Amino acid sequence: MLEFWVHPSLILILGALLLRLVPRKLRSAYLLIVPLIVFVRVCTMQNGVFGRVDFLDWSLTFGRVDALSSVFGHVMGLITVIGTIYGLHIKEPGQHVAAWLYAAGALGAIYAGDMLTLFAFWELMAFSSVFLVWSRGTPEALAAGYRYLLVHAAGGSCLLAGIVMVGQLSRGDYNFGLFDLNNMSIGSWLVLIGFALNAAVPPLHAWLPDAYAAGTVTGSVFMSAITTKTAVYALCRGFAGLPVLVPLGVIMALYGVVYAVLENDSRKLLAYHVVSQVGFMVTGVGLGSELAINGACAHAFAHIIYKGLLFMGCGAVLHVTGQSRFTELGGLWQKMPLALVFTVIGGLSISAFPLFSGFVSKSMIVAASYELHRPWVGMLLMLASVGTFLHTGLKVPYFIWFGKNNCKPETWARAKEAPWNMNVAMGIASALCIFIGCYTPYLYGMLPFPVHFRPYTPYHISETLQLLLFTGLGFFVFVKKLAPEPTISLDTDWLYRRGWNLFVRVAQQHVQRFDNWLGGLYRVAGLVPVMTAAVFASLFDNRAVDGLVDGFATSVRSIGARFRTIQRGAVQESLTFAFAVVLLLLVAVALLL
Amino acid sequence: MNMVKWIEFLRARLGAVARISGIVLAVLVVLDAIPGVIGKEQAHTRLERIPGFWAVFGFLGCALLIVGSKLFGRAGIVQHEDYYDRLARRNTDRTVQ
Repeated sequence: MLEFWVHPSLILILGALLLRLVPRKLRSAYLLIVPLIVFVRVCTMQNGVFGRVDFLDWSLTFGRVDALSSVFGHVMGLITVIGTIYGLHIKEPGQHVAAWLYAAGALGAIYAGDMLTLFAFWELMAFSSVFLVWSRGTPEALAAGYRYLLVHAAGGSCLLAGIVMVGQLSRGDYNFGLFDLNNMSIGSWLVLIGFALNAAVPPLHAWLPDAYAAGTVTGSVFMSAITTKTAVYALCRGFAGLPVLVPLGVIMALYGVVYAVLENDSRKLLAYHVVSQVGFMVTGVGLGSELAINGACAHAFAHIIYKGLLFMGCGAVLHVTGQSRFTELGGLWQKMPLALVFTVIGGLSISAFPLFSGFVSKSMIVAASYELHRPWVGMLLMLASVGTFLHTGLKVPYFIWFGKNNCKPETWARAKEAPWNMNVAMGIASALCIFIGCYTPYLYGMLPFPVHFRPYTPYHISETLQLLLFTGLGFFVFVKKLAPEPTISLDTDWLYRRGWNLFVRVAQQHVQRFDNWLGGLYRVAGLVPVMTAAVFASLFDNRAVDGLVDGFATSVRSIGARFRTIQRGAVQESLTFAFAVVLLLLVAVALLL
Repeated sequence: MNMVKWIEFLRARLGAVARISGIVLAVLVVLDAIPGVIGKEQAHTRLERIPGFWAVFGFLGCALLIVGSKLFGRAGIVQHEDYYDRLARRNTDRTVQ
C-alpha cells in the first residue's frame, strides 16, 4: 500500500513543467505517454479519501475519489489524451504546457475534498487556459484573452468570498459537500455564482463564445471540454436539487440554440451550443433525482467527447484553410471529406441519434423531468434538441462542406485533408461516440447512481427519429433563410465592451464638472483666507516682531552709550570700585558657606 | 478518396435521394400511427400519444426556432461583424484628438 498517493494532476503538472527539457526528437513520444499514464492512473484509482494535508489552520483533502468524481475524472483523462494527439503537430511547447496545466487544474478541482483545494485548482484552470487563447496571436485573440481573464478573475473572487463566508459560518469546516439548500446563506449564493460563471449560465456566459472562437485550434478543443464540465461537477456535488437551476438550465438551453442559429462563425456557433448543452446538465442538476443526476453526468461525459470532436472538425478546417466563418467557406466536400465524416458523426451524436452517445445520455435528463411531473421542462428541452440538430447537425456540415462555395481562391487552394494526427484524434473520438451509444454498460457502469433507464425502446427510437428527421425536413425547406451573413450577435458582454466606454465617457464629463466645481470652491473658500492670513502674518512680522527686536537693540545701544561716559579715566576711582566689588563678593561667599 | 466519389454519386441523383428520404419520413409516421407497433407506455403526456406528434413537433419547432431567432436578431442583436472594431477605432480617434 503506497504511503504517498499519487494525484493524477501531479503527474500532469510535472509532465508539463518537464516538457521543455525533453529533447525534440523524443517530444512526440513524451506527449503521447504522459496523458496515457494520467488516464491509466485515473482508471485504476481506488475509491476513498486520500491526500489529506494539514496546512496552517486547515485540513486539505486532495483526493476524494467516489463515483461522481471518478466519472468526471475519467472523461477528463480521455479528452486530455485525445486533445494532445490532436495537437501533436504543434512545435512550441507553450500550448502543450498550458493545456496540461489546464487539465491538471480540472482533475485537481474534481478530486478536491475541500473548498480551498477546489479554489486553488479552479484558479489554476483559469490562468492556464487564458494562454490557450493568447497563443493564437491575433489582436482579436489578445483582446478576447484579456476579457476572459478579467471575467474569470472576477468569478474567482466571488467564489473565494463565498468560500470564506461559508467557512466562517461553519466555524472552519471547509469540507466540500452538498450545501444546505433550504438555508442558503449569502456565502452559498456567492459560491453558486462562482460555479455558475464557469458553467456559463447566462448572463455570465458571454466570455465563452468570445474566448472559444478566438482560441487556438487545439486550445478550443480543451476549453470546450474542461471549464464548463468541471463547473457542472461542482454544481452536482454542491447544489444538486436546487430548484432555481431548473429554469436557469432551460433558459440556457434555448438561449444557446437561438444564438447559434444566428451565428456566422462555426466555432462561435459551437461555443454557443456548449451553453445550450450545459443548460441540459444544469437542468439535470436542478431536478436532483437519481435519474437526473445520472443524466447530467452521462451527458457531461458524452458531451466532452462529441463537443471535442466537433471543435476538432471545425478546427481542422480552420487549421487547413485559415477560415472559420460560413461566409468564407462552402463546398469543401471535395477537399476534406474525412473531416466531414467526423464532424457529421459529432453532429449526429450531439443531436442524440440512435446508436450514438447523445441518445443514451441526453434522454435521461428529459425522462427525469417527465418522471418528476414537469412536462414543460421536458418539452422545452426537446425544443432545444430540435435546435441542436438544426444548427450543429445540419447547418455546420452543410454550410462548410456543401452549400454555396464562398471560398476565396487562396482558401480553396489551401484546402486539403487535415494532418494525420488530427484525423487519428477525431477517429478515436468518433469511435468512442459510437461505442458509448451502442454499448451502454460502459458509460452506465460509471454513473453515481444505479441505472434503470433503458434508452433503446421502440417509443424512444421512434420519437427521436421523428423529431430529428422532420427537423431535417424543416432545414431543407427553410435553408435559404439560414444563408450565412457576415454578422456578429451582440451578447451580454456588450455591457463591458461598449457600455463600459459609455460609462467612462459619461463619468468623465460629470467628474470633470465636479472637479471644476471643487476647484472653484478651493479658490473661494480656501485660497482667499490663506492669502489674507499670509498678509497678516507678514504685517505681524514686520511691525510687531521686527519692531520689538529693533527697539530692543536700539535701547541696548543707548544704555551702553550712557554707561560708556561714566568711566572718566581716573585710576584711583577705578581701583576703589574694583576693591569694593571684591570685598562684597568675599562677604557674600562667607555668608553662604 | 472513395468518400468523394460516394458524395458525387449522391449529388448526381439528388431527386432520387429526396424521394427516398420522403418515403422514409412517411414510413416513420405511419409506423407511429399503427397501434401496437410503437408502445406508448413511455409517453407521459396525452399529446405524445397522437401519432406523428413528434414529427410535427420537430418540423414546427424548427420553423419556430428559425423565425424566432431571426426576429430576435433583427431586433438589434445582430450587427455587422466589424461592430466592435469600428467602436475601437472611434475611441482611439477620440483619445488621439
